[in-house]
Amino acid sequence: MAKKESTFLSMLTTLFVVTLVSAGLLGSVFALTKEPIRLAELKKKNEAIQVVVPGFDNEPSQEVQKVFADGDTLYFYTARKGEEILGTAVETFTNKGFSGEFKLMVGFSPDGSIIDIAVIKHAETPGLGDKMERSKSDFNVQFMGKHPENFNLAVKKDRGDVDAITASTITSRAYCDAVKRAYDALESASLVESP
Amino acid sequence: MNQWKNFSKGFIKENAVFVLFLGLCPTLGVTTSAINGLGMGLATTFVLVMSNLVVSLVKNMIPDKVRIPAFIVIIATFVTVVELVMKGYVPVLFDALGLFIPLIVVNCVVLGRAEAFASKNTVWSSLVDGAGMGLGFTMALTVLGAVREILGSGAFFGMKMISGDAMLLFILPPGAFLALGYLIVLANMIKEKTS
Repeated sequence: MAKKESTFLSMLTTLFVVTLVSAGLLGSVFALTKEPIRLAELKKKNEAIQVVVPGFDNEPSQEVQKVFADGDTLYFYTARKGEEILGTAVETFTNKGFSGEFKLMVGFSPDGSIIDIAVIKHAETPGLGDKMERSKSDFNVQFMGKHPENFNLAVKKDRGDVDAITASTITSRAYCDAVKRAYDALESASLVESP
Repeated sequence: MNQWKNFSKGFIKENAVFVLFLGLCPTLGVTTSAINGLGMGLATTFVLVMSNLVVSLVKNMIPDKVRIPAFIVIIATFVTVVELVMKGYVPVLFDALGLFIPLIVVNCVVLGRAEAFASKNTVWSSLVDGAGMGLGFTMALTVLGAVREILGSGAFFGMKMISGDAMLLFILPPGAFLALGYLIVLANMIKEKTS
């Protein structure tokens, strides 16, 4: 078959057909993968909630409250066992990471102390900032059981109480920022019981 | 044309990274660990094989003057397919490569092969060429990732070999350039020996 000549009409029809076929293909792939993508994201979220407020028997991802803070949304998930409230998992964020935004899930007990923290999504440098992930180091352990009222959520360099990750002060600061944002939002939403 | 030669040229003789210096942005960006390099390489290989296949199929139907936009649309379609599928079925890998997947569209290797090879050769040789170039690219990325991971975090495919930190420089951007430079020297030595 000889090469098609470049006339206005042939160029127009070619590009039209190419884009049409592409759009059709993408549309169908999108429809096919929509459900798996949603499930994968939901699963990740549920696993994070499971880690930070263990032992619930309701569906915290069904019981969600949105709180607007600093230009983005925080999500509160209430974890219950029977009638008793076990705590609140807060999906929080920071824009101060070494590679931009990252998201954490912070579990608070009803009195406002931190149960545990998990990283949901981040783009920090592998080998450095990604040590904030639970699987890579014990960075999160120092937060467990602490109450932000008497535990200064800042790295020691900034006169806080948090031991920063070696060579990842920026990541550690951002981590504290995210946790602090979660606590502040929780407090202002008056989900913390006064003692 | 000798198909074996056609296939194997992508590994040393015309290796995209070590010899042609194409697609260096994702090469330097994602290779902080061997597994990231492998994942990125395989994703690129898939796009390369598929785009080479389609481009060589439609090469006679596309007028010369609009061939570049038509090729780019074809490539972008496959990249988006890879992105959606990865998001739905291997979210872990997607989290690690996230940003760099859409960048496959502008990876010069892909358009370069479409323009220089697939638009002039038969379907079968284009397919072989795509697979060879893609796997050569994968090999380069995996080797670079492995070197940086071993030197930078003392691990190999995520398995820690030493405790604590190694030469952190190697997982940071300057280390990427250093490691790539020495690997290029090595690849050129092998190339001269074999030819």
